Amino acid sequence: MARPIRVLVAKPGLDGHDRGAKVIARALRDAGMEVIYTGLRQTPEQIVAAALQEDVDVVALSILSGAHNHLLPKVVELLKSENVYEEMLVIGGGVIPDEDIPGLKGSGIAEIFTPGTPTQVTIDFIKENLKRSL
Amino acid sequence: MNIIEGILNKDKRAAARLITMMESNDPEAIRIISKLYSHTGRAKVIGITGPPGAGKSTLTDKLVKRLRRENKSVGIIAVDPTSPFTGGSILGDRVRMTDLYTDSGVFIRSMGTRGHLGGLSKATLGAVKVLDIYGCDYIFIETVGVGQSEVDIVKAADSVLLVMVPGLGDDIQAIKAGIMEIGDVFAVNKADRDGANRTQVEIEMMLDFNHSEWKPPVTQVVALHNKGIDDLYDNIQKHLDYLEASGKLIEKRVQNSQLEIIDLVQRDLMERLVGNKEKQEEIYQLAEQVANRQVDPYTVSNSLINKMILNNNL
Repeated sequence: MARPIRVLVAKPGLDGHDRGAKVIARALRDAGMEVIYTGLRQTPEQIVAAALQEDVDVVALSILSGAHNHLLPKVVELLKSENVYEEMLVIGGGVIPDEDIPGLKGSGIAEIFTPGTPTQVTIDFIKENLKRSL
Repeated sequence: MNIIEGILNKDKRAAARLITMMESNDPEAIRIISKLYSHTGRAKVIGITGPPGAGKSTLTDKLVKRLRRENKSVGIIAVDPTSPFTGGSILGDRVRMTDLYTDSGVFIRSMGTRGHLGGLSKATLGAVKVLDIYGCDYIFIETVGVGQSEVDIVKAADSVLLVMVPGLGDDIQAIKAGIMEIGDVFAVNKADRDGANRTQVEIEMMLDFNHSEWKPPVTQVVALHNKGIDDLYDNIQKHLDYLEASGKLIEKRVQNSQLEIIDLVQRDLMERLVGNKEKQEEIYQLAEQVANRQVDPYTVSNSLINKMILNNNL
């Protein structure tokens, strides 16, 4: 009953730069995952509604606007209030200063991948840290 | 999570999980749907198909918003292709529907074809049942971008909307067999482009050859700018009304159920014949004999089936 890993790739916030999100979406696709791409400028509410209906294993958030300290914990908070956080791995990526990373991890983002991270690192991290069996 | 209780209480999580289970061939999902089957059949199922980039997702978004004005709840199943090489996929239909994400009366599910040909995935029919049980008044199935012969959608939908765009070819394309035969309602999208009138005329001429009672209407729309959506919506409703008034709806559903049963029997028999390692090894050994011309493949196939029946393996 093996199934592919399902990943929601979302861009919270107002920046319009989705090259990074598309690169990671493509890399995950080539690693055999099912990637649900949601488009630009999503609110945390939209992201969580999509994650829930798509029943994903991973929520991958790409953000370059600088609003990560507000938006990423908000996604985790909403996932918790919908009772799905226990089953979903939440990761982030984008231009995020090193000093912000511990705080984000503390809020429930499992890992942050900054520019220059080889896509294979992200792929391996996802495969090793899924919260739900396939 | 109790799935049955959840889905009957309109819990989106339960519906989402049940679709995942159907996609993973989980036998428990089949048991649940069998148990709740009497709750299905209430939703009107609309298929949306057409070539890649024709605007199926954008059109779905606009039609669903039109339905939401009538306060109808809507499920959307959007199918995109799975890579035959890596098994991965990018499901991107949602990008055109972002306004609908947080609408509590809309449930959107993206599915990869996962190796299934025909424009849908193997679990699409199962997902339709799940959303029907969940209580959607309407269910839209958006197929992958189709070429000329992906016509599985007719087996899944009450009414099929075929989305065309100007400039894809001349009138000989319109009279070829396959995809053009399955539309109950036609839309010429991107009608602000050159050639929309010509495309409409070509489709209408093709449809003039049909002598069925229902003549599919052709509507010009510009989905992106929300133009022509009310007319198209009315034409879809007219077709649904026609199906019901003429008794064709039940006729069509009987036909579709018949196809579904045959599909399931095939799938199940294949599973029993070649579904485990032991059986695959047996077949490998037989294949060696066939390759060495010790026996022919027809005899092998026949004896495998006979053996299954004799073993009372059915």
